[in-house]
Parts: sequence; structure tokens; C-alpha cells
Amino acid sequence: MDHREALIAASNNRANLNYVAPGIEVQGLSLTYPDEPNALIDINLSIPGGEVTAVIGPSGCGKSTLLRCFNRMNDMLEGCQYSGSITLGDLNILDPMTDVTLLRRRVGMVFQQPNPFPMSIYDNVAYGPRIGGLRRRRDLDEVVENALRLAALWDEVKGQLGKNATVLSLGQQQRLVIARAIAVQPEVLLMDEPASSLDPISTLRIEELIYELKQSYTIVIVTHNMQQAARVSDRTAFLNQGQVVEYDATDKIFTNPSQRATEDYITGRYG
Amino acid sequence: MAEGRYDSGDGSVAGRQHISARFSAELEAIKNALLEMGGKTESQINLATRALLNGAGDVAQEVVAMDKDINRMEVDIDEQCARIIARRQPAAFDLRLIISIAKVTTDLERIGDEATRVARMALKSSIREPVRGAESQTMAIAEHGSAMLRRALDAFARLDVDAAVRVLLSAQSAQTDYEEGMVLLQAAISNDPTSLKSCMDQIWALRSLDRVGDHACNVAEQVVYLVTAVDIRHVDEPTLVKLLDSGADT
Repeated sequence: MDHREALIAASNNRANLNYVAPGIEVQGLSLTYPDEPNALIDINLSIPGGEVTAVIGPSGCGKSTLLRCFNRMNDMLEGCQYSGSITLGDLNILDPMTDVTLLRRRVGMVFQQPNPFPMSIYDNVAYGPRIGGLRRRRDLDEVVENALRLAALWDEVKGQLGKNATVLSLGQQQRLVIARAIAVQPEVLLMDEPASSLDPISTLRIEELIYELKQSYTIVIVTHNMQQAARVSDRTAFLNQGQVVEYDATDKIFTNPSQRATEDYITGRYG
Repeated sequence: MAEGRYDSGDGSVAGRQHISARFSAELEAIKNALLEMGGKTESQINLATRALLNGAGDVAQEVVAMDKDINRMEVDIDEQCARIIARRQPAAFDLRLIISIAKVTTDLERIGDEATRVARMALKSSIREPVRGAESQTMAIAEHGSAMLRRALDAFARLDVDAAVRVLLSAQSAQTDYEEGMVLLQAAISNDPTSLKSCMDQIWALRSLDRVGDHACNVAEQVVYLVTAVDIRHVDEPTLVKLLDSGADT
């Protein structure tokens, strides 16, 4: 299936009212870097589709590394090796034969710093669909408007789509980046500290957006902000030193975690 | 019962304090304030009972005056709870501690109200004379309620789920005294209708003292919730016995 067909198929899929984005199954995932032999150790996670899963843990615990496994971003790092398996629906993510470009269309990513392309607001959102083969202006207009509406940005930018994206505020830029990510109809949205560079109001807008988007996407968010994890996620995984210490419903993790290490972390204690 | 994850009231264990020492101090302070309030309501009940049985008007007035302190403590503790929630966003044990404290203060304040009610009855001329006809039952119910409260507060201070469950299981043991007291006072009314007003006051006092045990049970339930995160309100006695036998994983 080429990119355009995949885009159309994904769009048709999503049009179904009963559509639920697929989940991610992680089994026995271990990952090593040349200078970090235990970056991830035997990770097993069943991330449900259509829900928000937060990954929390101290700096260097492997949160972002784990997130980057889901769209094979770690492949770009020299000497990075992994074992185990990650599946998204019927797709074996870590299979060397997997088309990484197609994978990244299915698994979008949003980073800490908003990174709009230095082009117009419209072209930022249309960028992915154009690469995917969408050419007709009317189709592109529809995709851009839908994505901007989903990202709760349409009303703020509809009169200035031709303006350079860099004129937007940081919070608007981050929502634009989310619109760009969802314009290619991904099934999964990975978010790596998506609000840590934003002011509190913009942060709340992003959190509200995450809540709205989870109806249609499987969302995995890495955050240092535990209150944010508690606010936005359905399930939370606590990672420490490359291992999953505890993975459970967010309500459980934040009211009665099973593991003492989790409790110490979320209540701000130390040993 | 299994050794607990928590060794003291603020959830801290040796070497496992909050990174924020101020947060630990705030939790310790609010817990201590609650226990102080508990101690005060316990003595309020004991004094009210003494006033009732001995017709001691001065003691009764002391009890009524104490209620203002109890009310002020309730407001202070609730304010501290709100402040900690707003500023610290507590989670897990810390969150349960704040919720439990806020609930327990309500029960303690109501115990204070019951004690005040008993004291006001003691002040009424109709029962300035020592209670006749149900003294031993009144004393037994008061002592039982007061002991339940003391044990529930001890369990709270020590995070002792076993002790809390035992408080709950002991709730029924004052029931016989209560029923006997009621029968005696009803008989007294039948025998001497002119004693109606006095006996009714005594019945209300008996009811108030009996309520102390109910509030102590609520405190004990909060101890179980605080330590185990299991809400045992409204569970039946066989389930409680099972909880005690199985040694709730604390």
C-alpha cells in the first residue's frame, strides 16, 4: 500500500463511528546504547487503544527512549540496539522490514519545543498530506481545516492561514504541530513533554486537546509533571532505571500505588 | 496483620521523608492538631457524663465552653487541609491522609456537639439531681463510647488497622446497656408520669452518648482507608471479621 492509499484507508477507517485506534503491545523490550547498556530493560506494556497513557519517572529513566521506540526514532542513533517486540495492531514495529516512513505516518510525534516549519500555517498542516500524494486544493483545504479544528486552533487562525507559522504564540505553535501530526491520519500520537515550554493557560489548552483527541487516537505522553499525568491520562507507567516499576490505571497510581518506589516518587519522598 | 508500609502518621518512614521538609512538617502539624482535637473531645465527653450523673453544673458549663474551642479547631484543620491540597497537590498516602483528617474532624466536632448537648441537659434543673434509674447504663455507654474514641484515635496515630477494625467490631457491645437504659427510663415514666420531662432529657442524653460510639466507628473506618486505601464504610460485620482474620495488607 502506498502513502496515498494508506492515507485514504486511514481516513475511511476513522469515518466509522465505532472506530477505535489500535493499542500498542510491548513485549520483552530491551534497548542498549554504546554508553548506556541498560537504557531499557525487559519492558512489557499493553497500551490500550483510544486511551491516554502517561509515562512518568525521573530524568534519565528511559521515558523518552521508550517513546521513541514506538516510531523507531532511536534507529537514527548510532550503536542503538534493541530486542523484544512492539506491535501496533497487525504491524510489527521493530521488524527491520517495516517501512519506517509508513510507520511514522501511523505514529505521529509531538516534541517539547513546538517545531513548526518556516512556512505558512496552511502549508505546515498540508505538508504531510501533500507528501502522501494529496494534490487537489479542495481536498487539501478540507484536510487542513479538519486538522486545525481538531487541534482547537481553527477559530484563531482561519483568517490568517497564509501567514508564517512562526508568528503564532508558542501555545498556538504547539497546537499547530499537533494539527500537522493529525493531518496525516495517524493512529497513535506520541507526546514528549508537549506542554513543558508553555504557559499554564496554553498547557491547559493542550491538556484539553489531549482529552478531545483520545476519542480517535491512542496517545502516549511522557511528562515530568505528575499532576499533568494525573489530569490527562487513563493509565500511567512509572519507569525507573530503564524498568517499568508499576503500570496501572492512573486513578490507582495516584491514590494507592502498589509499589513503594512509585509512592515515594509521586509523593516526593526519597530513601 | 502484615507489617505496614507506613510507620507513622505522616506516612514517613525512617529515611523516607518528603524531599520538601516543609511539606512533611505541614502534614505532621495537621495530624497533631487532629489528635489534640480528639483528646479534647474525649475529655469533653467524660466531663459531660460526670456533669450529668453528679449534677455538677460548673463542670457542665466548662463542657459547653469547650465546644467553642472544638469548633475553632475544626475550622482551623479544614483550612489547613484546603491549603495543603491547593499548594501541594498531595497524592497516594498523603492524599488519603488529608481526606481522612477532613472527615475525622467532622466526626470529632459532632462528638463535641453531643457532649455539649449532654452538658446542657445536665444544666437543666430537671436533671440537676443525679440521674436515677439508668445511672449504670448511662455510665457504661459513656465509658464505652469514650474508650472507642480513644482507641480509634490511637489507631489513627499509630496507623494500626487491626486496632481500628477491633473498634468497629466492639460497636455492638454497648447496645444492651442502651436498650436496658431505655427500658428503665420508659418504666420510670409509666410509674411516675410527672417524671416525663426529666426522663425524656435522660433518654436524649443516653442517645447522645450512644452516638459517640458511632462517630468513633467513623474515625476507625478512616484509619482503615488511610492505611489500606480500602473503603470499608457500610460493610457488614462478617466482612470486617474476614478483614481482621486475613490481615489486611497494610
